[in-house]
Amino acid sequence: MKNLLTGNEAVALGAVDSGVKYAGAYPGTPSTEIVENLSLCKEELYSEWAPNEKVALEGAIGACYAGVRSLACMKHVGLNVAADPFFTNAYTGVNAGLVVVSADDPGMHSSQNEQDNRHYAYHANVPMFEPSDSQECYDMMREAYEISEKYDTPVLMRLTTRVSHSKSIVERKEKLDVPFRPFEKTPTKYVAVPAVAKGLKVKVIKRKEELEKYSETSVFNKAEYYDKKIGVIASGICYQYAVDVLGKNASYLKLGFTYPLPTDLIKEFASNVEQIYVIEENDPVMETQIRALGIEVIGKDRFPLTGEMLPQIIRKVILGDANEVTAIDKSDMPARPPALCSGCPHRGIFYSLAKNKKRRDRIYISGDIGCYSLGYADPYNAMDSLICMGASISAAHGASKVYDMMGLAENKAVAVIGDSTFFHTGINSLMNVAYNNSKVITIILDNRITGMTGHQQNPGTGYTAQGDEALMLDIPTIVKAVGIKNVTTINPNDLSSVDEAINSAMEYDGPSVIIARYPCALKRFSKEDKSEFGEMYVERYSVDAEKCTGCKNCLRSGCPAISFDKTENKAKISDDSCLGCSICSQICKHDAIKKVVK
Amino acid sequence: MTNRIMIVGVGGQGTILCGKLLTIALMKAGYDVKMTEIHGMSQRGGSVSSEISYSDKVYSPVTETGGADIIVAFEKLEALRYSDNLKPSGKMIINDHVMYPASVLSAKADYPEDLNSRISEKFNASFLKASEAAKELGNTKVMNIILLGALAKALDLDGVNWDEIIEENVKANFVEINKKAFRYGHDNINL
Repeated sequence: MKNLLTGNEAVALGAVDSGVKYAGAYPGTPSTEIVENLSLCKEELYSEWAPNEKVALEGAIGACYAGVRSLACMKHVGLNVAADPFFTNAYTGVNAGLVVVSADDPGMHSSQNEQDNRHYAYHANVPMFEPSDSQECYDMMREAYEISEKYDTPVLMRLTTRVSHSKSIVERKEKLDVPFRPFEKTPTKYVAVPAVAKGLKVKVIKRKEELEKYSETSVFNKAEYYDKKIGVIASGICYQYAVDVLGKNASYLKLGFTYPLPTDLIKEFASNVEQIYVIEENDPVMETQIRALGIEVIGKDRFPLTGEMLPQIIRKVILGDANEVTAIDKSDMPARPPALCSGCPHRGIFYSLAKNKKRRDRIYISGDIGCYSLGYADPYNAMDSLICMGASISAAHGASKVYDMMGLAENKAVAVIGDSTFFHTGINSLMNVAYNNSKVITIILDNRITGMTGHQQNPGTGYTAQGDEALMLDIPTIVKAVGIKNVTTINPNDLSSVDEAINSAMEYDGPSVIIARYPCALKRFSKEDKSEFGEMYVERYSVDAEKCTGCKNCLRSGCPAISFDKTENKAKISDDSCLGCSICSQICKHDAIKKVVK
Repeated sequence: MTNRIMIVGVGGQGTILCGKLLTIALMKAGYDVKMTEIHGMSQRGGSVSSEISYSDKVYSPVTETGGADIIVAFEKLEALRYSDNLKPSGKMIINDHVMYPASVLSAKADYPEDLNSRISEKFNASFLKASEAAKELGNTKVMNIILLGALAKALDLDGVNWDEIIEENVKANFVEINKKAFRYGHDNINL
C-alpha cells in the first residue's frame, strides 16, 4: 500500500509496524506530529504527552526496560532537557528496543537556536540514523529497533524540519509482531552506580567497534557512481538537494547511518572520485571526521555554517551558477510577520505591560517559549529577554537578586510563561523563587492548552494525548503549595483587573504569581471550558465612525481585526476576523467601539 | 524534469488543504510527488508557503530560487514576496485580494497600490477574484478550492477525477460547495 506521508507520519507508522508499545513526547516543532499521529492508534500502543522531554525519555527508558519497544520524540532543544537520561541510558542499554527522535530545525523556522544534534550521537556514543525522505523514515525506524536490540543501545533518529514536514510516497511493509521481553533483574547492567558504570563504559566502547562494522555494510550507506569528477558525501535532506542540482554529473556517497561513520566506505569512495564535497547542514560533523581520515574535502570552507543547505546554495558553491530570476521592485513591500491572533487571550497582558511607560521603565520582562514570545514585537515591545523553556521565571529570579544587591528597589522582574511551559520546567524555577525568596512577578498565561504547536493537551487541560479524561492539575494550588502567598487569578480580557493585579504585585514585597486564565481562541473547547467560561468568542465589535477621532489608541492592542483607514482617518474592525474579546473597546477613550447588537 | 508548484498566502487561508488535494491528484495521475511546508510560528497570520513537486522521480521537495513552474498566490502581496521563486517562463495565478499585514493595519506602512500592474508587467499572471466569489458561493473558506480549480485548469492533468478527490477528502456537509468552488475556479480563470 502506498501513501503520501510526512516524515513525522512515516516515523509514527514505522513505530507502529515495529511493534512499539510505548511512546512519550513533549510537543515541539518540527517533531510534534509523531506522537500526535500515534495518539490516534490507541489500539496499537500507549502514547502520552509528558510534562517535558526528560520525563518523556525516562518513561520510554522504563518501558523498554520493562519489556516493550519504546519511543521518545522531541525537537532539538528538547534533547538538551533530556540529555541527562540520554547519556546514561547509552551505558545501561536497553531490554526491548528504544529509539529517540530528535527533530532539528536548520534555518530556525520555529526555534530559538540551530544546534546540530548529530553531536549528541558522537558525545553519548549512540548510533544514529539520518533519513532523507519519508520512505527512509519508515524503513530506518524498523532498522533502528533491530539495531537497538542487537547491539543493546538506544538509537538516535535525527530528523530535520524538511524531513519531518515534507511529504513523499511511502510503501508500507508487514507489521511486526514483537514478543514481550520480561525484565530480568540485572543490577550490573541497569543500576548505574560508579562501580557498575565503570564496566558499562567499557561495554560502550566495544559496542562502538561493533557498530563501526555494521556501518560499513548497512543498506543505508551506499555509493552511487556516475561522473567521477565530483564526489558528494551527504546525509539527510542534503542528499536530495545535491542530486536535484547535480544529477548524473556527480557521484554520491549517500549516508543514512551516520554514527559511527563507515570509514572504509568513505576511503573507497574517496579513491574513486576526483574532488569530494561534504554537504551537510549546520556543523561540519561528517567533514571533521572525514578530514581526520586524512582525506581532503571541500566543506565548510565553501558551504555556509548556518541556515538550510538549499539547492540554490549547492548550485552556487559547486557549479558557480544561479538560476535566472525575473527582477521586480520589492522596495516598498511590507513584511508579514506572525502576530497574536484576533481574540488571543495573551493580548490584554501584553497591552497592559506595554502601555504604562513609567511602569514599563521599572520592569524587566523575562519571556518564554510559546505564542506569547510574540509579545516582544510591535506594538507591545513587552519582552526584554528570551532563552529557553522555563527560563522566564529563573532568569527573572537572577535579575531580581541583582536589583536587591544593587539597591534598585524600584525595579521589578516580571516573568511571562504559558501553562504548558510552566508545567514543563517553569515549576522548578518557581520553586527557586519561593525557596530563595526573590520578588519576581510571575504571570502564567494559562490559555488551557499547548497553543504554539497546534493544541496539544497538557497536565492542566484535563485530557490525555489519547483523548481520555485525566486529572486536571490546578495551577493556583500548585503555586500555593510551592510556597507563593500572593496569588491572583484573573481574566486577561478584563483590562482593569489585569492592571490592578500587576500594580498590586509591583507594590508587594515578595514573590507574586498572577494566573491569567482564559482559553485560546482557536482551541476546541472542552466541556470543562464551557462550564467554566460559558459562551466564548461569540460577540462582535464595531467602530462607530461618528465617535472615532482617529487617535489610533485601539491599534496599540495589536489586533489583526483592526485596521486604520488613512483617508477617512478612522479605525475599522473586520467582522470576519473580530472574535469579540472586547480589548479594543476597553482601550477606546471615546466610547467609539461598541458591541454589535444582533 | 521535475514540475514545481508553489502555493503561497497568509496563515489560515487554507493553502495546506489546497496543496493536499493537489498531491492526491498527482499521485492518482501516476506521478512521484513530494510536498514541503513550514509550520509553527508562521501559522499566526504570517506568510506561508507549500511547495509541491512532481515527476517520474522527485528528489528535493524544496523549489529552488527561479525554479517554480506555477505560483498560486492566495493574496497579492504574497505573489510579490515569492516572485523570485518563479521561472522566467513560469506562470502566476493570483487571488485578486488584499490582506493587510500588521504594519499596514497599524498605519506604519503602506500596502503597494499598483500590485496588479506591477506584477503583470513582469510575469505571466492571471488574476481571479476568488475571495469575492467564495463569499458569493456562501462560504469565504472555499476560496482555496476556487484557486485549486484554476490551478487544475492550468495543469490539465489527464485522468484525474477532481470531484471524487473532493468527496473523499472534504467533510460531507461541505462537499457540494467545494465542488461548486472548484468548478468556478476552473471555468473562470483566464489563463
